[in-house]
Amino acid sequence: MNTKKDIGWYVLFTMPLIFIFTTVVIIPFIIGIGYSFVSWDGIPANPKVFVGFDNYVQLFQDERFLQSAWHTIQFTVLALIVVNLAGLLLALLVTNGLRVSNAARTMFFMPNLIGGLILGYIWQFIFTDAFNSVGEKTGLKSIFFNWLLDPQFALIAMVIVFAWQMAGYTMVIYIAGIQSIPDEMMEAAKVDGANLWHRLTKIVFPLLMPSFTICLFLTLSGAFKIFDVNLSLTKGGPNNATEMFAMNIYNEIFAYSHYGIGQAKAIVFFLIVAVLTLTQVIITKKREVQM
Amino acid sequence: MKRTGKWILEILLFVFALAFLSPVYIMVVNSFKNRAELYENTLALPSSLSFQYYAKAMEKMNFLTAFGNSLYVTVVSVIIVVILSSMTAWMLVRKDNKVSKAIFLTFVATMLIPFQTLMMPLMQVMDWIRTHLHIPMLNTHEGLIYMNVGFHASMAVFLYHGFIKSVPVALEEAATLDGCSKFGLFWRIVFPMLKTITVTIAILDVISMWNDYLLPSLTLSDKGLRTIPLSTFYFFGEFTIVWNLAMAGLTLAIVPVVIFYFFAQKYIIKGIAAGAVK
Repeated sequence: MNTKKDIGWYVLFTMPLIFIFTTVVIIPFIIGIGYSFVSWDGIPANPKVFVGFDNYVQLFQDERFLQSAWHTIQFTVLALIVVNLAGLLLALLVTNGLRVSNAARTMFFMPNLIGGLILGYIWQFIFTDAFNSVGEKTGLKSIFFNWLLDPQFALIAMVIVFAWQMAGYTMVIYIAGIQSIPDEMMEAAKVDGANLWHRLTKIVFPLLMPSFTICLFLTLSGAFKIFDVNLSLTKGGPNNATEMFAMNIYNEIFAYSHYGIGQAKAIVFFLIVAVLTLTQVIITKKREVQM
Repeated sequence: MKRTGKWILEILLFVFALAFLSPVYIMVVNSFKNRAELYENTLALPSSLSFQYYAKAMEKMNFLTAFGNSLYVTVVSVIIVVILSSMTAWMLVRKDNKVSKAIFLTFVATMLIPFQTLMMPLMQVMDWIRTHLHIPMLNTHEGLIYMNVGFHASMAVFLYHGFIKSVPVALEEAATLDGCSKFGLFWRIVFPMLKTITVTIAILDVISMWNDYLLPSLTLSDKGLRTIPLSTFYFFGEFTIVWNLAMAGLTLAIVPVVIFYFFAQKYIIKGIAAGAVK
């Protein structure tokens, strides 16, 4: 049945998107690998000098890059824990049949629609001036001070903003998971005398493994690639203490015009993201319980 | 006794949800306060409702233009993504051969590539097209739309592909026997059946394109072309931050999102859940 006409339709239907996709994603990805082996300042008139693996060797000696990698790891681990605990807690709160559940769910989800850049600016005001003013009013200056001036607290501030944005998102996924658990199963457990804790740990959590997989995947890749919130909340400060991976790459290329090294970092970044997310999906998939 | 207990829980949950949104409250109340009032008590309600900071922020951010720009770029990009991805995915499912499999796998595999890995070479490619083929890919809305479509193609093809696999072929075969062309068959029979997944894809893409900062910041340089995230960024960069004015600007920036959410929240929450589970 593979007539010429059929092939014509096939090409007509798929070509436009494949063409756009190739020019926007595939070609840049391939030539990006090439750029990571040259030394270039981004000015078209200046030569691109081939340097082999020099860029890759150099980036492992780049203190600031290694620091940003460490910040990103700290941030990601904290964010994974906080976002998923919060999302799961919110999901449990709005699935126990209260009348305000729907309204509450709508409200918990709202921050997710506001872009990271704008969220960061709103919270910048809260962590600086609003915290200062609360600290002065209440005398609790050990808690309420300008968090963004302290390296440790600035990182925690980023976790809070990210969690505020993502908790509602993971909540929606956990709700779907909780609602797919049959009521009879919970009733039977109740009749058999299982208390709330046992029902959660022996029934709900194991059956939520697919939801965990999705949420961990989404938070892991979201946290690891964070840029917008980083830019608007702390700009990487104080003293680069909250500069994350993505921002370090951006600065290397566009602020310092080290196009070659910057692209080498970007390739390393891609490899880490790919390995991390794939391993995570494989591990959690294995632990999913079949119903 | 049990009923009062339930009422207390209802109220507690609602209060907690309100507290969860307190950053929004802090933003809105401080957009109405003058400087002295703002620093006296950040958490209090404003003493009067004066919209002077809104007027000023609107002018400084060039808000109406930015809103129009964001709307144009987002709507056109989403429409093109939906049209092209659904057509592509349908062909890939119905012509299930090695070529289709390879194309589909390429789409899926590239979903792992972070934007930062592509941004610099992408700008070089677009610059090359501009200088050698004289197509204005940079500093135009149309160029940005083109790139938006490219970046959102994988996800959309992936979701459509999964959905179309569950649509029975029988109906399509009947229509083919009636002499319907592939084009008519797709638009009249197949596409209407894809409504639920189309809504999901449109919502996911609207949210991510509307809020995107990095790609527009790299492609658009003219002031008049700026989208809302861009004009917010420059608004904050222009002067040392005057917070009441800044809060008015941020409130303006999220008003369209809140209105959209208010009208489409049912679809949004459903769509998010459906999109994520795939």
